[in-house]
Amino acid sequence: MLSTEKVNRKRNRTIRRGIVLMLFVIVIIVGLTLEPGKGRTLAIGDQAPDFQLVDLEGNVHKLSDYKGKGVFLNFWGTWCAPCKREMPHMESQYNVFKDQGVEVLAINVKETDLKVSSFRNAYGLTFPIAIDKTEAVKEAYRIKPLPTTILIDPNGKIVDIVTREMSEEQVKHYMEMIRPEK
Amino acid sequence: MGNTIKCQCGHVNPEGTELCEACGRPLSEEAKERKIADMRYEGAARRSKTHNMSIIDKTWNFFSSVKVGVWIIIILLVTSAIGTLLPQKMYVAAQTEEEVAAYYELHYGVVGKVYHMLGFNDMYSSWWFKILVGMLGVSIIIASVDRVVPLYKSLKKQRTRRHPSFMKRQRIYGVGKVDHPEQSVEQSAEQFKKLKYNVKLEDGAMLAEKGRFSRWGPYVNHTGLIIFLAGILLRGLPGFYIDEEMWIREGERKAIPSAPGYYIESEGFTMEYYSKEEADEVFGEALDKAGMIAKNYQTDAILYKDKDGALPGTTELEEVKRHPIIVNEPLTYDGYSIFQMDYRLDELYSMTFSLNEKATGESLGQMTIQLDNPAPSYDLGNGVKVEILDYYSDYAGIKDGEPQNLSPVPNNPAFIFKMTTPETPKGETSFVAIRQTLETEENLYEMKFVAADTRDISGLVIRKDKTLWILLIGGIIFMIGVAQGSYWQHRRVWICTGDEGELILAGHTNKNWFGLMKEIDAVKEHVQLPPYEDREDIEKEEKERLKEQKGENE
Repeated sequence: MLSTEKVNRKRNRTIRRGIVLMLFVIVIIVGLTLEPGKGRTLAIGDQAPDFQLVDLEGNVHKLSDYKGKGVFLNFWGTWCAPCKREMPHMESQYNVFKDQGVEVLAINVKETDLKVSSFRNAYGLTFPIAIDKTEAVKEAYRIKPLPTTILIDPNGKIVDIVTREMSEEQVKHYMEMIRPEK
Repeated sequence: MGNTIKCQCGHVNPEGTELCEACGRPLSEEAKERKIADMRYEGAARRSKTHNMSIIDKTWNFFSSVKVGVWIIIILLVTSAIGTLLPQKMYVAAQTEEEVAAYYELHYGVVGKVYHMLGFNDMYSSWWFKILVGMLGVSIIIASVDRVVPLYKSLKKQRTRRHPSFMKRQRIYGVGKVDHPEQSVEQSAEQFKKLKYNVKLEDGAMLAEKGRFSRWGPYVNHTGLIIFLAGILLRGLPGFYIDEEMWIREGERKAIPSAPGYYIESEGFTMEYYSKEEADEVFGEALDKAGMIAKNYQTDAILYKDKDGALPGTTELEEVKRHPIIVNEPLTYDGYSIFQMDYRLDELYSMTFSLNEKATGESLGQMTIQLDNPAPSYDLGNGVKVEILDYYSDYAGIKDGEPQNLSPVPNNPAFIFKMTTPETPKGETSFVAIRQTLETEENLYEMKFVAADTRDISGLVIRKDKTLWILLIGGIIFMIGVAQGSYWQHRRVWICTGDEGELILAGHTNKNWFGLMKEIDAVKEHVQLPPYEDREDIEKEEKERLKEQKGENE
């Protein structure tokens, strides 16, 4: 009773329906991942947005100038306890990795020069510290909690985003991750 | 399956057809049993009802069901209602995910814990709510396509002459002898034309039809709804929709969140109240009753932009626009709108201290510290100097010998001063907080608080919405569909001659039967037609009978 033509037609319809249902599933899955209203957030693998800040010494730091070097970008505040705890780890690992092509740049989010300087002196920090006065860099990187550390490889790509306090071991591990190959 | 049904009239119908697409003869056993035909989809075979095989077809049929669609809507309504019982996340005073969870548990106990666990606290972003909305969209699309296509086909295929068994099953039905049946048919055609019907004539049979497009109303409406949902979906894609908020202090310049390259500066925040003098008499009373009533909230704002090619973090800005932001009068630029939304008054901005000799109380000079930019050292003249060794904006006591600072907000400023005078060339240090002074040794001099200055903070909301026009178009199409289906009716009248010289009349409309009968009566004044009746009661009985039958089956 079933002619081949009918069988074909039915198979085509099933394929058509299958494709349409697949499309619906894809749209819903995409919809699940979206977060409306908050702009684009950075993800691992993205190109790190370029920026330019002046550190406490008056030296200009432009991210794109560090091409070929790993950049350990730490957003912090003097009032934030986990930031304070990880600073000494960053300092000691900076002294190990600075000759291996790893730059550390600590970006303080909008505090006073006085406070940031007194903090640096108290902790004896030698890596460059810049203050993001207008919060433009913080916005460019869509930083929410402090501390947040962005790890940028020698090609300027983000390889990891750390939104927790780091132990000395972890700081070391992350610096190894972005260290340029010899 | 995949078979066809050949009607006696010769027309070949798809499987599942209830009434022959061409002549209207009932084809299924059920349709034959019914006294009044179910005309909802013209008795056409809905595709979803005909095949039930693979998982794909089963899924398709699931979404094609109106019942399923209605259930999805009911579930959406119920969950949305539950989402209003406790405050949504954005109204909760908590920042991190842990704080939010703790908040719900603390304030609402177990109920709050479950509420948070199920994601009701941030309902629109919860995965299950998104999936439900997605399923609603799928249901609307599939159910519509499954109905509109066969309906369109069968309305297109309908013949002018219908079989008497079809006519007999219409709600409006009449049969009887007339003097000149052929003539009556032709005259009726003329009369229906005058009533703006589309009329088709075919040897001894007439079909008068009007308002067919009202049948497409629900599908137009659904198209609008789908466009609307697509617009909502687009909001999630970068660049289409921004809804952010920010706080800005008087005199502060800050990057605008989600608006790369733009900065806003507040020149000042003003809040005004209605005074009794300016109010009308009527409102004067209200003012007495209510006390202060706000008249204006305003942030005088300047919008800046990075100069061409300038990187974030540089201070190379150019002014773009100055605008007082008032409630409902946002600053708009480049698709962004910045609204006045909230305020906080009187945050500490500067503090003035006097350096006094403790013994005499004599002042050696005063200094004002700007809390958002304290200088490391203040020269008071005559060899008197005060240095700020450290500054705590939000001092919260001393722990482990170290002053604790909770935040960068100057809620409770504290300073470590080093005072140098000609009397004390080595300098004396002193820790000064509000109503608290600590000294390592007994000092000769002290920093005495004189005055403080404050500033206000504006709460702004930043909006950008490129989907608005899509939502608008969707909404308009939606309303067109509603109007189309509500204000017009699809009316049809069939008149034809029978085998024994009688005249058969039948009528159908999807609503407003009274209107249809009025028009038939108008025609009847000019043309001899058999008496007809509205068999609404039979239809009702029929429905009840079917219901009972169904009940028995279950």
